[in-house]
Amino acid sequence: MRGEAGFPVRVRFTKRGKVRFISHRDVARAFERAFRVEQLPLAFTQGFAPRPKVSFGLALSVGHESDAEYLDVQLAEEIPLETLTRHVSEALPDGIGVTGAAALADRAPALQESVTAVAYRVTVTGPDDAPVDVGALRVAVADALAKPAIPVTRTRKGHEVTEDLRSIVRTMAVMDTDDLGPVLDLELSTQPRGTRPAEVLAAVDGDLVDRRVLRTKQLIERGGARLEPLEADARSRVPEARAS
Amino acid sequence: MSNLWPRIEPLLARVEKPARYIGMERGAAAPAHRPGDVSWLLVYPDTYEVGLPNQGLQILYEILNERDDAAAERSYAPWVDLEGELRRHGLPLFSVDTHRPAGEFDVLAFNLSAELVYTNLLNCLDLAGVPVRSEHRRPDAPVVVAGGHCAFNPEPMADFVDAFVIGDGEEAVGEMTDVVREWKRAGRTTREGVLRELATIPGVYVPAMYDVDYDGPFLREVRPRFDDVPEVVDKRTVADLAEWPYPKQQLVPLTEVVHDRLNVEIFRGCTRGCRFCQAGMITRPVRERPEEQVRTMVQDGLRRTGYDEVALTSLSSADFSGIDGLVAGLVNEQEGSGCVSLSLPSLRVDAFTVGIAGEIQKVRRTGLTFAPEGGTWRIRQVLNKLITEEDLYDAVEGAYWQGWRRVKLYFLTGVPTEMDEDTLGIAELARNVVKVGRRYTRQASCTASIGGFVPKPHTPFQWFGQNGVDELERKVGLLRGAVRKSGVQLRWHDPAATFAEGIASRGDRRIGRVIERVWRDGGTFQEWSERFDLGRWLGAMAAEGLDADWYVTRHRTADEVLPWDHISAGLHRDFLWQDWQAALHEHGLPDCRWTPCYDCGVCTDYALEHVVASPVAPAGGSQGTGQDLGRGGDTPVAFLGLGEKAGSGAR
Repeated sequence: MRGEAGFPVRVRFTKRGKVRFISHRDVARAFERAFRVEQLPLAFTQGFAPRPKVSFGLALSVGHESDAEYLDVQLAEEIPLETLTRHVSEALPDGIGVTGAAALADRAPALQESVTAVAYRVTVTGPDDAPVDVGALRVAVADALAKPAIPVTRTRKGHEVTEDLRSIVRTMAVMDTDDLGPVLDLELSTQPRGTRPAEVLAAVDGDLVDRRVLRTKQLIERGGARLEPLEADARSRVPEARAS
Repeated sequence: MSNLWPRIEPLLARVEKPARYIGMERGAAAPAHRPGDVSWLLVYPDTYEVGLPNQGLQILYEILNERDDAAAERSYAPWVDLEGELRRHGLPLFSVDTHRPAGEFDVLAFNLSAELVYTNLLNCLDLAGVPVRSEHRRPDAPVVVAGGHCAFNPEPMADFVDAFVIGDGEEAVGEMTDVVREWKRAGRTTREGVLRELATIPGVYVPAMYDVDYDGPFLREVRPRFDDVPEVVDKRTVADLAEWPYPKQQLVPLTEVVHDRLNVEIFRGCTRGCRFCQAGMITRPVRERPEEQVRTMVQDGLRRTGYDEVALTSLSSADFSGIDGLVAGLVNEQEGSGCVSLSLPSLRVDAFTVGIAGEIQKVRRTGLTFAPEGGTWRIRQVLNKLITEEDLYDAVEGAYWQGWRRVKLYFLTGVPTEMDEDTLGIAELARNVVKVGRRYTRQASCTASIGGFVPKPHTPFQWFGQNGVDELERKVGLLRGAVRKSGVQLRWHDPAATFAEGIASRGDRRIGRVIERVWRDGGTFQEWSERFDLGRWLGAMAAEGLDADWYVTRHRTADEVLPWDHISAGLHRDFLWQDWQAALHEHGLPDCRWTPCYDCGVCTDYALEHVVASPVAPAGGSQGTGQDLGRGGDTPVAFLGLGEKAGSGAR
C-alpha cells in the first residue's frame, strides 16, 4: 500500500458552532483547501479533472453539530499523523477541528458502507422555542417505543413506499435537560436505510422540534463488535488529540 | 454595539443556504468598535454568492480595517426567506462579520455594479431601520454612500444615497472617514453639515447639494447650491496600481460563490474603445500592475487561501504587456505543486490568445469563450470591436485543434444601425464555428449568447435610442429560426429585463420615485428572472406620469442636457459625440495605448498616463485595424520596469 499506492488515512473531526450551517460539500471543500494550505502530499485522481482522493462518510444535515465526523484521504506518501491532526486544524474554519487520525489498512471498506449506526443528542422544544415538559416527553417516547411498528410514507424514485421507523430506532431516552428543554439521546441504524432525528421526533409527537442536534458517535458493527471508525480498519493509531 | 447572533441563529434553521449569513471566511475581520472610530458597513445589495467575490468591496474592507480610526464589516442582501423571518421577528439587517445591526454603523456603503439591484438597496436600508429617502434621515442615522460603475449616473438613486463616490475608491474612503470622524467628534450636529463637508472631497457627489431644473420633460440644469460645491464632479483615479496590492487577504468563503477562486487584478482600465462598453470608457487610462507584483500576489494568495485556481483579472487580460511570459512563468512555478489552474476571464478573439489559453489549460479543455459582439464586419466597425471573421475562425480553429470541444460566443443585439442581415450574421458566424469544429470532432458545439443592448452613460452610444421589447423579441425570433438544426445553441437575455435596465441606466432624478414604487410593490432581486416583472416597472412609470419610451427608446440630440453631464469620467463630450458620429459612419478607432493619442480627455485633463510595460502591442493585438502599430506618438505613456523584464515578452 505504501510507495506507489500511497498512504490512506482516516480522520475524525468536529463541526461545532456557527460552522454547522455549511453543507457537506462545503466541509469537503474546506478540507481540500486546508490540505493544500498545509501542503499535505495528496494523491490525485487521474483524468481530465484531477481531484484529491478524499471521501466523506454519512452526510450530516445542515445545521446539525457533530463530535464524530469522518473522512478518508489518500496521501501520496507516509507522514507522521500528529502533523495532520495538529496543523490541518489550524487551517480549517473555526468549529471544525481534527480530533484523531489513523492510518488505514489495505483495502479498508468505504466509510459510507461500513458505518451501521449513529448516535445523536437532541434538544427538544415545541414550535418557536415553546418549552416541552420532560415528564410528558418521557411518556410520549415510551409510547412510541412500545409500538410494534411506526410506518412512515416516503417518495422514492417517484413511488410512494411505506417504511418502518421503529426498526431504525435502536434506543431513545430523555437523559438530561439544557437551557432550552429536554435532551433526548438517540441511536439510529443507518443500514439499509437511516433517518433524521426530526422524523423520529415527528413520529413521537407532531409538534416537537429538533432545536439542537449533536451527532455524538458513528459506529461500525462487525462480527459482534461495536467499533469506533478510527479503530475499525486502523493499521496504526495515534494518541487522541483534542480540538482546539 | 450589540451582537444579534443569538436571535438570528434560530432563524437560520428555516432558510435556504444559511451559510450565506455566518461570515467566518478566512481573511475576515472581527474589528473592535471603539467609540471614536468611524464604522463602515460595506453592503453588496445582492445575494452573498454574487457579492462576496466582489473585489472592489474586499479592497475597501481591507483598506478601512488597516486604519486605526476605522472599522469595516460586510453585509449582503438577505434572500426573501430570511428577510421575511427578520421582519417577522423585528430584527434588522446585520453584518456577517460580528452580526451587528446595520443601523449602528456610522456609514452604510453600497456597491452598485448593476442597475437592477437598485431596489435591493432600498430594501436593505429599510431592513436596517434607516429611512429610505435621504431627506427623512436625522443626524443619528448612518451616512448612506454608494460607489461602483453605476455611480457614474447617480441621478436615479439621488433621493436615497447621501454621497456617491465616482471612480476608484481606494483614496476617497480614507478622506470620507476623516470627515465623518470629525463630525462624530463634534457631536453629530446637523446632517447638512457633514454632507456639505463630504461634497468638497474630490470625486464625491452629494445630490442634496444640487438643484435640478426641468424644461418640460427635458433637463435644463443641475446646479450646485453652494460656491464650495463643484459644478462638475470628476472621478477619482488611482494613478499607480503598484501602490495598492489589494486585496492582500482575499476572503475565502465557506460556501460556494461565483468566481470561487483567487483573483489577482493585473491591470485596470481599457482603451480598446468598444463603444458599447461603459467599463472600458470610465476606467481609463490603462494602469498595469508590475509583473513581479502579480507573481508575488499569486504565490502568496495561493499559499494562504488553499485555492486551486487563480484568475488574472482585467477588462482584457491578454492585453497585459508580456502576458505570454507571465503565464508561462506562473504555469512553471505551479507545476508539481498539486494541480493549480490559471484562467484569463476576458479573452481576446485571436489565435495568439488561444495559444495562451492552451498554455494554461493543459487539462480540462472543455469550453472556451469569445466575444465578437457583432455578426458582421460592418456592425463590428460600428461597435469598434475590430475583429475580422478570419480572426474569429483562426481563434476557433486553434481552439478545436488544441482539443476544446465547446465554444461560447457572446453577441449584442439591438445596437446602433443594426439591420436584419447583421442580426442574422450572428447565426451565420455561429454556424460556421460549428463547421470549423466538426472538422476536428463530431462533438463540436457552439453556444451563442445574445444580450439585448442597453446604452450606458459616458459612452459614445449614450445618445442612442434603445430597442424596445418587441423589437428585441423579433430579433431573437429571427435568430432562433436561423440556427435551427445547425448545432448552435442559442441563449438570450430576457428583453423585458433589458428594458427595465434601460429605464434605470439613463434615468434622471425623477426615476427615483419609480424605483421606490417598484420596491414598495415587492420588486426586490430584479436581477433574478424568477423575481423580475416588467409590469411592476411600467406600472410605476405610469403612476409617476413618466413615459417609459421617452427614457428608453428615444434618441437623444447633441444639445440635450444629459442627467449625468455634471459627473465626469474625464471623457470630453466632444470626443464621445465625434466617436458616436464615427460609429454611424462605420469607422473604427484603434487602441491608443499603441497609436497616437486621439485626446479623449482622460490622460490630459487628469495629468495621468497609461502605465504599461511594453511599448508595442501584443502579438495579434491589432485586431484587424490595419494600423501600423508603432510606438505611441504623442500618447502620454509611462513604461514600467522596461529593461530588466524586457526578455519576458519574448518578442
